[in-house]
Amino acid sequence: MTTKDESGKDQKPEESTSEVRAADVALDTAGGTLEPSIVPVSSQSGDPGHKQGSLMRRIVMGNGFVSVLAVIVALFLGGLLIASTDAQVAKTAGYLFARPTDFLSALWTAMTESYVALFQGAVFNPREGFKPLLETMTVATPLICAGLGVALAFRAGLFNIGAQGQIIISATLAAYVGFAWHLPFGLHLLVVIIMGVLGGALWGAIVGILKARTGAHEVIVTIMLNYVALFLLDFLLNTAAFRRPGDNSPISPRLDESATYPVLIPGSRLHVGFLVAIALTYGVWWLLNRSTIGFEFRAVGANPVAARTAGVKVSRATILVMAMAGALAAFGGVAQVAGTEKVLTGGVAAQIGFDAITVALLGRSTPWGTFFAGLLFGAFRAGAVQMQIQTGTPIDIVLVVQSLIVLFIAAPPLIRSIFRLEPKKKNKNKTPKAAPKAALANATGGAK
Amino acid sequence: MSATTTAPKSGSTALPAFRPSMKVPLSLGILALIALVFFGFLGPDKTAEMKISDAGDAVAVPALMIPGQVGGIVLGILLLAMAAYSIYLWTQGERSPKWLPIAFAVVFVFALLVWIVAGARQPSISLAGLVAGSVTLAVPLVFGSLSGVLCERVGVVNIAIEGQLLGGAFTAALVATMTGSPYIGLIAAAAAGAAVSMVLAVFSIKYLVNQIIVGVVLNVLVSGLTGFLYGTLMVPNKEQFNTPGRLDILPIPLLSDIPIIGPILFEQSIAGYLMYIAVAVVWFGLFKTRWGLRVRAVGEHPQAADTLGINVNATRFWNVTLGGAIAGIGGAVFTLVTIDSFTKDISGGRGFIALAALIFGRWNPIGAFLASLLFGFAYNLQSILGIIGTPVPSQFMAMLPYLVTIFAVAGLVGKSRPPAASGIPYVKG
Repeated sequence: MTTKDESGKDQKPEESTSEVRAADVALDTAGGTLEPSIVPVSSQSGDPGHKQGSLMRRIVMGNGFVSVLAVIVALFLGGLLIASTDAQVAKTAGYLFARPTDFLSALWTAMTESYVALFQGAVFNPREGFKPLLETMTVATPLICAGLGVALAFRAGLFNIGAQGQIIISATLAAYVGFAWHLPFGLHLLVVIIMGVLGGALWGAIVGILKARTGAHEVIVTIMLNYVALFLLDFLLNTAAFRRPGDNSPISPRLDESATYPVLIPGSRLHVGFLVAIALTYGVWWLLNRSTIGFEFRAVGANPVAARTAGVKVSRATILVMAMAGALAAFGGVAQVAGTEKVLTGGVAAQIGFDAITVALLGRSTPWGTFFAGLLFGAFRAGAVQMQIQTGTPIDIVLVVQSLIVLFIAAPPLIRSIFRLEPKKKNKNKTPKAAPKAALANATGGAK
Repeated sequence: MSATTTAPKSGSTALPAFRPSMKVPLSLGILALIALVFFGFLGPDKTAEMKISDAGDAVAVPALMIPGQVGGIVLGILLLAMAAYSIYLWTQGERSPKWLPIAFAVVFVFALLVWIVAGARQPSISLAGLVAGSVTLAVPLVFGSLSGVLCERVGVVNIAIEGQLLGGAFTAALVATMTGSPYIGLIAAAAAGAAVSMVLAVFSIKYLVNQIIVGVVLNVLVSGLTGFLYGTLMVPNKEQFNTPGRLDILPIPLLSDIPIIGPILFEQSIAGYLMYIAVAVVWFGLFKTRWGLRVRAVGEHPQAADTLGINVNATRFWNVTLGGAIAGIGGAVFTLVTIDSFTKDISGGRGFIALAALIFGRWNPIGAFLASLLFGFAYNLQSILGIIGTPVPSQFMAMLPYLVTIFAVAGLVGKSRPPAASGIPYVKG
């Protein structure tokens, strides 16, 4: 309900941003013939976008700042939601006009109490010091990997909603190799990783192949494959091969010690998988910004028609990028079974694959952006558990905050109009009609 | 149509200039062979009993007794005949008529059913109960897929069906409990679905955010909001917020006594009747009225529609809103008909099955309705399989709708094409 009110309220100051929008959309849709790009235009080229104006203005208008504002607004609205169901707030609201300070302090307590608990569960608390931060990093590891997979596909103009399925398949394969095969130390973990990643890559490649060969929309195929993977796992966990001997519940045996990531810091769950996630982030950054193939991916994402004209094999790029996205998500699945959980259950993927979409969107589909977004959402996840225990606030509030963040980030004009951050009228001489053509020329030029 | 496009059929060497896709005949042929071999020759030798009327019915119809193997072979040959007809038409350069794949699907499902039941530990099911259960399970799917049809036909991709269903289910439970009337709850559910849809509409039409992103995020948002409010409001005060009661079943006298179709068609709650009305109205509206022509024009070619003076974005906005209201009613079915309370994530992915039904039904209200029935049947069969004990794991039954949809979008089962402008925002100028 809050979002609806919010969006309804902010419809008026819209005219002033129409120029920005026209240019954005022109690049996004090539004059209304393509689907709009998923990635914000400005992060496709690495160009900050608003070159004019003062330094302050540039910082304020930059994407990073909008992201920070989006997080703040979303947290504020989430806080209001928590407060709206708080008994003390309701009580003091009864005599709001008699003693407004009571109401305000109750409101403030309700809003901050949960977030303080969340912070203590995710980053620092006096009792344990920075130990919760290690848990945050553990929880963030699969989010970062899967988020990178989603982000990489975004950059190539593909909407990979299938991270969930890719995680499930990779976790299943990795876990099976981990508990059923007994290989020497070192080799075992390597085989576990390879099998898991191959599984994820294959699950992703199916989508790419169907898209390239038959034009099947990747959104539909990935959604459906998520469910296929889920039921496949459910089926396998009910077979003798995957179940613990002598146990009827759908849970696999523990993975061998030799098949798991070593723990980084004793006393925590943080494992080597986190270092792998950092390496993958760097790898994706290198791939996108320094390699030919990454350039092709971005060209296909910016404008497939232009990319094809420029000699990029679009269908090959589609298959490859989906396989790579699947492989990246698969590292998340491996981190789950070989690092965090060490067993395979039906809920091994939890919500990671869906959170990964919001992680990639918050990270604006750049590798390091995704990394830090993954850390942030990992903190939310880790802290929310503590929050629920301490204050009774349901974990679901995290979902609300996450989705609000993404909604605000996906619509920069909205957040700008909330904070009156309208860009200066720099294109006064250019009519809006001229802008699309210029932008289109840019996009095509960039692909050559 | 084909007469003008095919070449003379005199010589077998001269290929016709135009040939329809051979995907349909080919896939029918393969499926028919699978049915003949697995359901027929390798079929179980027990006899499947299918009860048509219950013991208490006014008109008693004897149960169908079908021997597993013989039945499988007969049905397999029937399927082969249909596939052969399709292939014959293809060699003549003609497309298979629309009824053929549907009839094929019905016979195939029946053969599958015989195979499953005859192979079960307890080879007997009630056909009437099976079909009635399928329709009950299909009701939210039908509403959800109609919402998808309305949105996609006007050019807005609606991934948020899940959120609309969930929002409707939650609001129905909450409002029905607070007002004491399930009917007010039903109306509130429609309003909630419309509200979710309006967010989708505002973000995708006004702020030009990618529609798929908004849809995905809305699902998360609604899941979070309803889960949060469920935890803070409904769990501590169930009496006060989460005992909505049920919508009354309103049997139509006489008609509801007809065996099999009576209870299915004429012994429903108001939501069930609304479903039939909604399918008919949406179909008629889309294909037989001026409004429908405009809607489809906006979804296929917004520039042309705009040139003719249709307000593209307003049409989109109101259509999406209407779709949300319909899905909201579907959501109310969960909490006012199926069971009488809300639980967290009660829609359980049914919104995505509705999306699948919409695609499998080729963006057509009637098609979406039939596809929803098929998927409802798959759902129901899945639970019945567990009861009668079959060798087929129920998980594979559960997978079926999703696999079928993948085949459908990949063009292996006919060609399904979305409206041309679906997913693309319209910027004037």
